[in-house]
Amino acid sequence: MGDAYSLNSQVADMLCELGNIGAGHAATALSELLQMPIAMRVPQVELIQVDEISAILGGAETLVACVFLQVTGDIEGTMFFIQSMESAKALVANIWTAEEGTDELSEIGSSALGEIGNILGANYLSALMDFTQLRMLPSVPLVAVDMAQAILSIAFQSEQAVGRYALVIHTAVHHREQQGDAHFLLFPTPFAQDVLLRALGIEGSI
Amino acid sequence: MIYNVGMGEAKVALGEDALRTLGLGSCVGVTLFDVFAQVAGLAHIMLPSAPLNTEDVFKYADTAIPLLLEQVLREGAYRNRIGAKVVGGAQMFAFSKGLDLVRIGPRNVEAIFTQLEMLRIPVLASDVGGHFGRTIQVKCDTGEVWIRTLKQGEHYI
Repeated sequence: MGDAYSLNSQVADMLCELGNIGAGHAATALSELLQMPIAMRVPQVELIQVDEISAILGGAETLVACVFLQVTGDIEGTMFFIQSMESAKALVANIWTAEEGTDELSEIGSSALGEIGNILGANYLSALMDFTQLRMLPSVPLVAVDMAQAILSIAFQSEQAVGRYALVIHTAVHHREQQGDAHFLLFPTPFAQDVLLRALGIEGSI
Repeated sequence: MIYNVGMGEAKVALGEDALRTLGLGSCVGVTLFDVFAQVAGLAHIMLPSAPLNTEDVFKYADTAIPLLLEQVLREGAYRNRIGAKVVGGAQMFAFSKGLDLVRIGPRNVEAIFTQLEMLRIPVLASDVGGHFGRTIQVKCDTGEVWIRTLKQGEHYI
């Protein structure tokens, strides 16, 4: 354990920079869409354990709203735009009407959230494509509202995912100070990680 | 005492203890238990079939179930009294035709039922599929499984 799972710092810096570029473009798109400033936190690159991933959202059973995109092309992986129900509703209310209740998005609210996720995901990935010259194509956006762990576990369920750890590039954004963060989580597959590092001209591996 | 079973893990407990696993989405919780011996085991399975020589034996249906059976037998369960309950295997994202990754839930369930049938372990109850996450807790003395969801309430099987 220990050393085997710590990241080479040069690799981590480079991947953080990717998170910066991707989420930066996505945040700009979101800011244009909502006509308001969006703040972005410093990206984090982590090897995260299967059970720890939902901690960033407040625990395994926390109710969250998530847009999921499967990424294919030269770089394969999964991408999530995920946030608390409250912050998802606030986001949707900015472009559509405010939603009643607390536990569920209306059909139109959920499709609005999916579209926001789609725009942000496409911006995120196209910025990475420009930077790396590698193809990354998002699937149609899929929306789910449920327990954080139940949704995020899908990142660990690709047939290629080996072991108990996954690499994640994590960037949080928020549009009002009192609002909780919305998170971009990009999980490149182990194979994609090698491709990515080679394209960035880094020797060695994760 | 309630023991937490993490993703891709399994545990066995006895008597008045309980086993719990949180946030099953397309993962599946499988419990094997013997009410008379008051022994129960719970595995949180993530994928249908293991690659060669895997170390994560409880992550995959085909390696997890025979091993879980071995463990409950070792703790005193009697082979012919062991029953199974199966919970989870949801498809968290509806309308996701064509995305294999998203269909992993039903594939997990299928692989688990195949294993249980091969080992001749009767499935006494199950709550699988749907589009929602589940947290479960197994009582070792009764084999009762408490299921909690955010959208469909709570119930026992």
